[in-house]
Amino acid sequence: MSLLRSEDDTQPWKGRYYPYDLVKELCIAVGVVGLLAVLLTVLFSSPDDKPSTIAQWSQQKPADFVTAAVKELDGTSPTAEYGPPYNHNSGSVQHFFFLHPQRWLGVSHPIDTEKDYVVGPLETIPNDPTLAAALAQYKAAPATQKKQWAEAYAKPLEETATAEEEKKTAPNTVSESNGTVIVKTSGNAGPVPALMGSLLALAKSGGVDGSLLTSKQFFQTDYTKPLLFMADGGLLDERAEQQHLLGEQWGLMNETGSYPGQPWLWLYALWYQVEPMKSSSSADIEVLLIMSLLSVAFICIPFIPGVNSLPRKIPIYKLIWKEHYRDVTSA
Amino acid sequence: MSSVAPDPPVTHAPEKSWTVKVREAGVAALPPEKLLPDGQPTYVASWIYMFGVASIASLIVIIGSGSILALKGPAWWHYTGVGHFFNSIHLWSVELFFFAMVVHLWGKYWMASWRGGRSRVWITGAVTFLVAIPCALTGYVSQQNFDAQWISTQAKDAMNSVGAGAFFNLTNFGQMYSYHVLLLPIAVVALVGAHVLLVRKHGVVPPFELARRKAALATAASAGSDGSPAGADGGAQS
Repeated sequence: MSLLRSEDDTQPWKGRYYPYDLVKELCIAVGVVGLLAVLLTVLFSSPDDKPSTIAQWSQQKPADFVTAAVKELDGTSPTAEYGPPYNHNSGSVQHFFFLHPQRWLGVSHPIDTEKDYVVGPLETIPNDPTLAAALAQYKAAPATQKKQWAEAYAKPLEETATAEEEKKTAPNTVSESNGTVIVKTSGNAGPVPALMGSLLALAKSGGVDGSLLTSKQFFQTDYTKPLLFMADGGLLDERAEQQHLLGEQWGLMNETGSYPGQPWLWLYALWYQVEPMKSSSSADIEVLLIMSLLSVAFICIPFIPGVNSLPRKIPIYKLIWKEHYRDVTSA
Repeated sequence: MSSVAPDPPVTHAPEKSWTVKVREAGVAALPPEKLLPDGQPTYVASWIYMFGVASIASLIVIIGSGSILALKGPAWWHYTGVGHFFNSIHLWSVELFFFAMVVHLWGKYWMASWRGGRSRVWITGAVTFLVAIPCALTGYVSQQNFDAQWISTQAKDAMNSVGAGAFFNLTNFGQMYSYHVLLLPIAVVALVGAHVLLVRKHGVVPPFELARRKAALATAASAGSDGSPAGADGGAQS
């Protein structure tokens, strides 16, 4: 290790000491920091924007909700295609050369989007013969037929969503009336319109929120399923954009209401704006590996040649210890 | 009358017990006057030295405000003014903690504070900063508001990409809350404790010797001097 160290001629201090009260200094510091925190609290408080719910999402953006829901049904939503830790697909699986940690750790939080987000919640609705028949027809159909039905229903919704995103004139195939979504399908959608209509009604009543938090046990603290479902839609993005929280805005460094969030993540966030990570489908693992390397380097600064000798060469230390050097040179 | 048998003579263990060994090692490494000194070297005379103690003071305020929030439960601060007040204290003390820690780290870098066998002091400080980051992140995703929803759904991809999502699931409130109020704070406090004890053991890093000063000392040494700086009194930390 000595080969890595810069010349170190530091000797134990044999000079003078001045009286100093360590405990008193700490108590005063706690008092000052406490008062400063109170002052900042009085002046700025802290943000607390209410969370979104699936009920709000379905009420405010019913077409967006149905678009997301039918993608969950036919397995084309971001969550459905994600891969580990939610399923065995590969839509969001990242790797770096031979490193495939996402695959290696496997599926730890299984999510079957068709069953968990659509069929399961619909099965909780009692006394609805029309829905029961639609569900029975859907469940009895072969997979290819299910997919054809769902795609026939999803196509007009996706075309409308794309047109709205690109600010073009949307085709006249999707309309909203009295809170319901009417889709003019290009082909036979089978029972899917009935399923989506019932799911939208259930979501508006808050039933999907509750259904997704129901588990094998009474108590529940895992919000993975409802959060991923909402993230597949557009409500969270819309709110985040209004609050300047998108990746191309302030990202995770900010909080709602222009509050400072985690400004210490500036370097981490910066790499996402730099090529090749900016356009990479494995940006997350690449950025984390870069940050891991930099973190190890940060810890090992005492042993990195050049970096460990820089403080000796750039005389900022003369400002820090100016009184000491003044005393020494005048002695 | 029966006679009382005398107490058997006390025999000492031939080898020191583990307890004695730990005590002796502790006292040897950190005698009381070194652990809680009442004097500082005269070179410790810059505002930059305030940021180390400011970091610890911020951590104390964070733990204090966080404990109150924990005592009342994670939902309390959303529906009471007092709860919101303590949440704000918690937020701003975290911001102050990171600010003080960053300035402290920069200051210590420019002092090359790892010199004189102090590399472990730097390492524990750097690791504390790195561990504090997920400690704060788990707090942001435990807020149970829109910020928590947005941050958890955005940051999950990074965790999943390296496989950490399997045991560090940002969208699982219960898991994140456990990390935030127990596991990571224990790690931060333990690291800060180790860092402070190492600082006390090794003392605050002395200034660089100026080149002309070093030359003068070398000349004095060659002339038979012991090389001690003028005015040295061999104080508590020498």
